[in-house]
Amino acid sequence: MTTKFLFIEPMNILSIIPQYHILLEAFLIMWLTWFISKKYYSQDRMLAEDEVEKKLAEWNPEPLINNPQMNHISLNPRRITSRAGKKIVVDGKDCLNLGTHNYLGLTENNEIEKNAIAAIRKYGVGSCGPRGFYGTVDVHLELEERLANYTDTEEAVVYSYGFSTISSAIAAYCKRRDLVFVDEQVNFAIQKGLDASKTNIIYFKHNDANDLQNLLMKQAKIDEQNPKKAAKIKRFLIIEGIYMNTGNICPLPELVALCRQYKLRIFIDESISFGTLGEHGKGITEHFGVPRQEIDMIMGSLDWAIGSIGGFCVGTSFIIEHQRLSGLGYCFSASLPPLLTTAAITSLDIMKNNPQIFKSLRDNCIAINQGLQNIHCLECSSFPESPVKHVYLKNKKDRAAEEQLLSKISNRCIENNLAIITPVYLEAEKNLPRPSLRLCISTLLNKSDIDFAMNVLKKCAEEVLMSIN
Amino acid sequence: MATQAITKRKLNEHKQKISRNGLTFHEDTLANGHAGLQTNGRVQFSEEKTRAEPVKSRSKESFERIPFITAVLTHLGFYILMFLGFINQLLFTPKVAQEHHREGYAPLYENFDTFYLRYVYRRVRDCWNRPICSVPGATVTLKDRITKDYGWTFQFTGTTSECVNLGSYNYLGFAEANGKCADQSIETLKKFGCASCSSRLELDTVFLSLYLGNMPIHEELEQLTARFLGVEDAIVFGMGFATNALNLPSLVSKGCLVLSDEKNHASLILGLRLSGATVRVFKHNNMKHLEKYLKTAVVFGQPGSGEPWKKIVIIVEGVYSMEGSIVHLPEILQLKKKYKAYLYLDEAHSTGALGEHGRGVCDYYKIDPREVDILMGTFTKSFGSAGGYIAGTKTLINHLRIYSHAHTYASAMSPPIAQQIITSMKIIAGEDGTDDGKRRTKQLARNTRYFRRRLNQIGVIIYGNEDSPVVPMLVYLFSKIGAVVRTLTTYNIAAVGVGFPATPLMEGRIRFCLSAAHTKQQLDYVLLHIERLADFLGLRYSRKIRDPMPIEYYSDGETE
Repeated sequence: MTTKFLFIEPMNILSIIPQYHILLEAFLIMWLTWFISKKYYSQDRMLAEDEVEKKLAEWNPEPLINNPQMNHISLNPRRITSRAGKKIVVDGKDCLNLGTHNYLGLTENNEIEKNAIAAIRKYGVGSCGPRGFYGTVDVHLELEERLANYTDTEEAVVYSYGFSTISSAIAAYCKRRDLVFVDEQVNFAIQKGLDASKTNIIYFKHNDANDLQNLLMKQAKIDEQNPKKAAKIKRFLIIEGIYMNTGNICPLPELVALCRQYKLRIFIDESISFGTLGEHGKGITEHFGVPRQEIDMIMGSLDWAIGSIGGFCVGTSFIIEHQRLSGLGYCFSASLPPLLTTAAITSLDIMKNNPQIFKSLRDNCIAINQGLQNIHCLECSSFPESPVKHVYLKNKKDRAAEEQLLSKISNRCIENNLAIITPVYLEAEKNLPRPSLRLCISTLLNKSDIDFAMNVLKKCAEEVLMSIN
Repeated sequence: MATQAITKRKLNEHKQKISRNGLTFHEDTLANGHAGLQTNGRVQFSEEKTRAEPVKSRSKESFERIPFITAVLTHLGFYILMFLGFINQLLFTPKVAQEHHREGYAPLYENFDTFYLRYVYRRVRDCWNRPICSVPGATVTLKDRITKDYGWTFQFTGTTSECVNLGSYNYLGFAEANGKCADQSIETLKKFGCASCSSRLELDTVFLSLYLGNMPIHEELEQLTARFLGVEDAIVFGMGFATNALNLPSLVSKGCLVLSDEKNHASLILGLRLSGATVRVFKHNNMKHLEKYLKTAVVFGQPGSGEPWKKIVIIVEGVYSMEGSIVHLPEILQLKKKYKAYLYLDEAHSTGALGEHGRGVCDYYKIDPREVDILMGTFTKSFGSAGGYIAGTKTLINHLRIYSHAHTYASAMSPPIAQQIITSMKIIAGEDGTDDGKRRTKQLARNTRYFRRRLNQIGVIIYGNEDSPVVPMLVYLFSKIGAVVRTLTTYNIAAVGVGFPATPLMEGRIRFCLSAAHTKQQLDYVLLHIERLADFLGLRYSRKIRDPMPIEYYSDGETE
C-alpha cells in the first residue's frame, strides 16, 4: 500500500457514507465542544470571588437546632434512685417494679455482683480497644462459646451494645439489591438496620402470615418475568420473637413454612423472648419446637433478661463468621467491658442451673394476663405468656388524649407505689405504635405482689377515667 | 568528623526549609515525578509558602511520600498474593463452614469477598483478634495460640506471654485493675448492680452516687463532662460507636449538606447514611479542598433545584486514628465562620490525650471550645471505660435529650462504667486534689515526642503530627504487615497492623498507640527491636535527613 493510497482511502469513505451521517457527526463534535467548554466555564464561574461573597451574604442557613425546647416532657424523665430490682425508688417513691425489663430478676443477684467485681480486679473496667486490636478478652470468647452452647448453635458473636447489634447484623447481610420482608411493627433497632442497608423492604401486616403469603405470591409472579435476575436476589424475613412494641408473639411455624416454600432466610430478633420463652428460656424456637437449623440467625440482647449490657447473634458458623469483619458495630467499636461480659456469663450459669425461674415467670405472666382481663376500662391483647404487656384504653380516642390519660394513670400508679410506665417512641418510627401502658413482668413477683399490682392499676385507671367522664 | 559536619549543615538547611514553607517533607521527595501515586490527600500548600502566619500544627505534620520502587513492589506483591490465592482456590477445597439445608437460595456472600477473606486475609489472620487475659495497661498478657492449618483455625497452647502494649487505646493509663478508679467502680457496682434494664428516657437510671454527695450519677457525669470540656451541657451514651451512629440522624437531615473528611470513622459514615443528608467527602485535612466545596455549596445550592442548602455541617475528627494526624482546627474554624457552616468535632482519640490540660484538641490549639458547635467524644480511650458523649450548648443537648435515638431506645450506661469515667475525669482535671492527672498528660506528651523522634531517627516513615499519640509506621507491603506484627510478638511487643481494605491498598501500616503508663525503658526496648526489624525487613524508607544527635527523653527544658 502506498502512502498516497493511505490518504485517499478516508476520502473515499467520506464519499461512500450517507450525507446525514456526516452532519450527525459534525453536530456531535460541536455538542461535545460546547459541553466541555461549559464545564470549564462553570468552574471558572464558581471561583469568582465577588459572586461567592454576594451569595454568601444572601444565604441564611437554618440554625443548628430549629425549634429549641426548654420544657419538653422528655427533659424531665422519671428518676430511679435505687437499684432497679424487684423494688425500685422512682422519684422518691418506693415502688413495686413493673417498669424495667428485669424479667429474670438478675440485677440483684449476689453471684453476678461477686464475679463482676472479680473481673474488675483482673481486667480493669474498660477494654480499651476493638475486638480486632487487643480488645478480645478471654471472657468474650467464653461468653460466645456459652451462648452458642446454650442456644444449641454453632457460633455466637457478642456486641457491646444491644441496639447496635441488631442494626449492624442486619446491615451486614441485606444489601442494596436484596428483598426483605418485614413485619410492620418491628422495633426501632430493626428499622435503623434496614435504613443502613438501603435494601428493598416489603412490610406485611403485623403477625399476619396470610398477608405475607399474598405478598410472596405477588413477588413470585414478578420474578417469573425475569427468572435469571430473580435467582440472584437474596430474600430475607425479619421478625421479632416477642414484639417489643405490641407484646405479641410471632406465628413462627407458619412463617418458617412460608420461608422454606419461597426460599427466604429468617432472622429473628429475640431481644425479649431469649431467656423468657420455652422450658429452658432458649427462646421462641424452644417454645414452638421449631428445629434450630430452620432459623438462619437469631439476634438477642444482653440488656434485658440477662441483666447486663450488650447484644449477641447466634447461628451457624457460615453465617456468624461474616459479622466478624462486616458487622460495623462489631469491628469499629470497643469491645464489651469485661465486667459486663462476666456478668452475662454468670447469668447464663444461673439460667442453666435454675430452670424453675422460667416456669415461675410464665406463671406470673399468665396470672397478670388474667388480672388484666378483669380491668374493664383497659384492654390487653398481648400474648398471655409474654413478659411484656401493652395495655391500651378500651375506648379509642385521639393520640394526644390517649397519651395524656395513660401518663396520668402511670403517675397515679407511681404515687400508689407501683412503677408502670408509658413507653416512649420517636416520631421517626415507621408506624408509630398506639399509646399504651407497658408492664414488664419479673419472675420474682409472688401472688400478693401480682394482686397488689392489679388492684392498684385497676383503682388508678378507674379513678383517672372516671374523672374525665 | 567531616561527614558529621556536613550532615549538621544539611540538617540546618532542612530546618530552615521547614520554617520557610511550613512543611516537613522536603522538596526533593516532591519533585520525584510520581505525584500521581499519592492517594492520601496530603496537604499541599506549597504555593502559600509566603503566608504570614505559619500555623503551628502544620509544621509538625508529616506525610512523606512512598518511594516509587516501593509503590511498584507493593502493587506487584498484592497481585502475586491474589494470583496465588486464585490458584489455591482452583486446586483445593477449603475446610470451611458451608451452608446446609439452603439449596436453591441465592448465595449469601459476594464471590470476591469470600475469596479475599479465604485466600488473602487468612494468611495474616493470626495478627488480629488476639485474645488477651489481663488489664490492657502498659503491658498486656496475650493468650498464645497456634495454627496448624495456615490460618483456617487456631488452637490455644495454654501458655501466655506478657507483652509491652502498644496496641490498646490506653492513652492516659487509666486501664488499671487496682487504684482509685477500680476501687470506686467496685463500690458503685456493689450499691447499684451492673445494669438497670431500661432506656434513659423511660426511666432515667440516675443512681445516687456514693462519692459525690446526693448527686445522681448520670447527671453528675454529664455536668462533669460539660465542665471538663468548658461548655454548657453534655449528654452521655452507653457506646461510643452508637453516639455517632444514632445521634447524627437527629442533627442533620435531607436538604442539609455534610462535608466529611475522607478519613472519618465508620460510625460517622454510618450516622450520615442513616440521616439522609447529602455528603461530600473532602481530602484528608485539605483545607483548600474543603473551601472549594464550601464555595460550590454556597453558590450553587442543592443539585437539581438550586435551592440553597438548609445548613452545611463540617464533620472532622480531632486525632485521626489511622493517620495519626491532628485536625487543622484554627483554619476550619475560620472557614466555618466565613461560610456560615456548623462544625461537628469527633474527639474519640483526642479527648484526654491532647492539650496541656488533657482537654482535647481545643485545649491543644488554645481555642475556646464554645466555638465548636458540636463536640463529641468517647470514654473508651483516655478514660479507660466505655461509652460516649456529645457536648455543646444547652439548646443542642436539650434537643438530643428529646430526639436522640440512643437516648430513647438504647439501654442506659452501666453504673460502674459511669463511675470509672467520673473518677478518671476528676483526676485528669485535677479535681481530686492531686497532680496525678497533670503527671499523666505530661508523661504521655513526653512519650509521644520521644517515640516519634526516635522513629524518625531510625528512618522509617511515620505519618501524622508530632504531638499525636497515635503513630502509624508505614510498611506498605501486605506481607510486611504480617511479618512485623509476628516478629514483634516474638519479642513480646504487642502492636497493631492495618492493611487493605482499612487503609488504601498501598499504605499498609503498623500502628503504635502510646500511653502515659509506658516507661522510657519500655519504649527503648520497643525501639531497639523496631530498629533491628527495620534493617531486617528494609523498612527505612524515609529520605528525610536524620538527626545524628541522640534524642533526649526529657527535652524541651524539662528538668525532671
